[in-house]
Amino acid sequence: MSKIKLSADKLNTIKEICASFGNKSGEVINVLHQVQGKFGYLPAEVQEAVAHELQMPVAKVYGIVSFYSFFTMQPKGKHPISICLGTACYVRGAEKVLDEFKRQLNIPDGGVTPDGKFSIDTLRCVGACGLAPVAMIGDKVYGRLTPDKVKDVLAEYAE
Amino acid sequence: MAKYKLHVLVCGGTGCKSSNSLQIIENFKSLIAKNNLQDDVQVIKTGCFGFCEQGPIVKIMPDNTFYTRVKPEDVERIVNEHLIKGRKVPDLLYTNPENKEHVSDSKHMDFYKKQIRIALRNCGFIDPENIDECISRGGYEALGKCLSEMTPEQVIAEMKASGLRGRGGAGFPTGLKWELCAKNKADQKYVICNADEGDPGAFMDRSILEGDPNSVIEAMAICGYAIGATKGLIYIRAEYPLAIDRLKIAIRQAREYGLLGEDILGSGFNFDIELRYGAGAFVCGEETALIHSMEGMRGEPTLKPPFPAVSGYMGKPSNVNNVETFANVPVIITKGAEWFNKIGTEKSKGTKVFALAGQINNVGLIEVPMGITLREIIYEIGGGIKGGRKFKAVQTGGPSGGCLTEKHLDTPIDYESLMAAGSMMGSGGMVVMDETSCMVAIAKFYLEFTCEESCGKCTPCRVGNKRMCEILDKITKGNGTMKDLEDLRNLAAVIKDTALCGLGQTSPNPVLSTMDNFMDEYIEHVQDKKCRAGVCKSLMSYVIDKEVCIGCGKCAKGCPADAITKTEYIAPGHKLPSMVINSEKCIKCGACISGCKFGAISVK
Repeated sequence: MSKIKLSADKLNTIKEICASFGNKSGEVINVLHQVQGKFGYLPAEVQEAVAHELQMPVAKVYGIVSFYSFFTMQPKGKHPISICLGTACYVRGAEKVLDEFKRQLNIPDGGVTPDGKFSIDTLRCVGACGLAPVAMIGDKVYGRLTPDKVKDVLAEYAE
Repeated sequence: MAKYKLHVLVCGGTGCKSSNSLQIIENFKSLIAKNNLQDDVQVIKTGCFGFCEQGPIVKIMPDNTFYTRVKPEDVERIVNEHLIKGRKVPDLLYTNPENKEHVSDSKHMDFYKKQIRIALRNCGFIDPENIDECISRGGYEALGKCLSEMTPEQVIAEMKASGLRGRGGAGFPTGLKWELCAKNKADQKYVICNADEGDPGAFMDRSILEGDPNSVIEAMAICGYAIGATKGLIYIRAEYPLAIDRLKIAIRQAREYGLLGEDILGSGFNFDIELRYGAGAFVCGEETALIHSMEGMRGEPTLKPPFPAVSGYMGKPSNVNNVETFANVPVIITKGAEWFNKIGTEKSKGTKVFALAGQINNVGLIEVPMGITLREIIYEIGGGIKGGRKFKAVQTGGPSGGCLTEKHLDTPIDYESLMAAGSMMGSGGMVVMDETSCMVAIAKFYLEFTCEESCGKCTPCRVGNKRMCEILDKITKGNGTMKDLEDLRNLAAVIKDTALCGLGQTSPNPVLSTMDNFMDEYIEHVQDKKCRAGVCKSLMSYVIDKEVCIGCGKCAKGCPADAITKTEYIAPGHKLPSMVINSEKCIKCGACISGCKFGAISVK
């Protein structure tokens, strides 16, 4: 276990979460949900620690993290931008909105700006189809977007 | 609910919440307190009303006034005019798009006229966070009836007689499913609710759970009684935080009232429910994959048999139904199979909830009797195509379904006729497309989704769909050949025949149905290198007509790629030199076209 470089603090958090699920390997998905909720993402050393606590192979934990799209090994930006690419948003021009976000921030889908301020992700349906196309920044939903509104939306987050 | 004179119902569903309905509730509460009306007026945060296009929605009861697109600053007028003086605020009422008249009662809106609400019976009427309101509208009556008057066999017989079929997509008869599970003897059985709604553009199940979580809890308990299970599990997407919260509240309240837990209603029957969270995997809607995911594994499907009714969660007999299926159950028990049987068509009984979305005027959640036609849904309930454009296709069944066209508009909607038309019922996503949608790009869109979501276990789905997606990409970039079209059909046939689970077997449907109905568009992309909808960017170029351009330069200012510059040519009669687009820099976003008032820019 020498490879693990987590602080004692973080390690304790992981231990507590695993213990709250009785250290059962069958609860690994619930454990990962909580751990990601605390840390924001699931880097390799966190997966190793979870595997150790639940006494299961790291490969199995990694298999689960990589299988489910909700889990991420990449930290997100301070203001994570999620653009809905559900069918309803897609037919109302969500792709053009996505392209404009990518162009304005100069990062690809899944990328983070160098200053760590914004990250771009796509998701499938937030359920606000009446407002399509929709993007979320943090918990805030922006509806009826068009490419020319993107600049103003981003300006709200200027410091 | 009796002591208040007026009830203000404000939609707290995800759509309306996104457009600030919580602030509307706050404003109502503070203004009501300020005017000392708190003993007369109650503000209730409800689930989805369905008419999301017109959200946020505020409804005043008992006079049934339906205010649309309410903004937080409008609340003061509603309080002063309606609540205090009893006068409606006309400009906030729904306007009939045809005769421009204000309609105050939702019963008279085309959107609601043809709907029959069974699964959505309580959505938009009750506060989903208060079990008393559900009970006052007949909630848990069915559970009481089952436990006190019916044997498990009678419950199953009633379900079979009702003709209810699974609303998750495939349409397996629910009563039969329960019976199969009931027959298997085991020390422990499970009732599982599939709330892993992953179909992009569909939000039926979420709206039910957000608007009336108790209906699902009650139905699961009834199912548990019928099949002999004491444990229920709800597998819900982690992406639905509001639905999760409301389920947790409902489960807690049901336990407090003795409607879950031990010895329910003094009958000796025990039943309790736990939540399990999905983590974003479309394939987990498949029941064997769902069960694996609940067991803490990768959500990969396995071959059936054994069916979950024999060996499901933890190897025990399990009955998996979807949210909407469950929401129908209590009504069937209280009103009887015979009543339910009268709604719908010969083989498809009852109603179906659809999430109507896309290029349509009235986006929203609708519940319609089986057998209704697409024309009625699109043109009467949906209010026709946005911007008066021409209808092109409607996609049902999501990534497993297909496109229906003009010629299918009068087909009655039921499981069999949708299947015969090359699509399927699916979970209820219904996305309407007009002439601005490219059917090749839509097929590619769905296949990209399938490729992303394929679990990778079987080769036909993992590799076959990837290859199909590459071919479609080639076609949309203008590099396709006629041989590619043939290859697509061959690959599709192999995947359909050989994939392991429902996701793989149905994944070629979007391609096949668009090829069947829009072959001319495919051929155009291949032979003429043309995309008539103007979607496939590689096949387009933007040009400025130098004779029409007056040189105002608005396009250049609005161009996000700085691709537009001045020329030296001044057209006869104009004062300024015309503009030109550098096709290498142009990102084909279309901002210049929408900005040009003179119609000088076109797509070639």
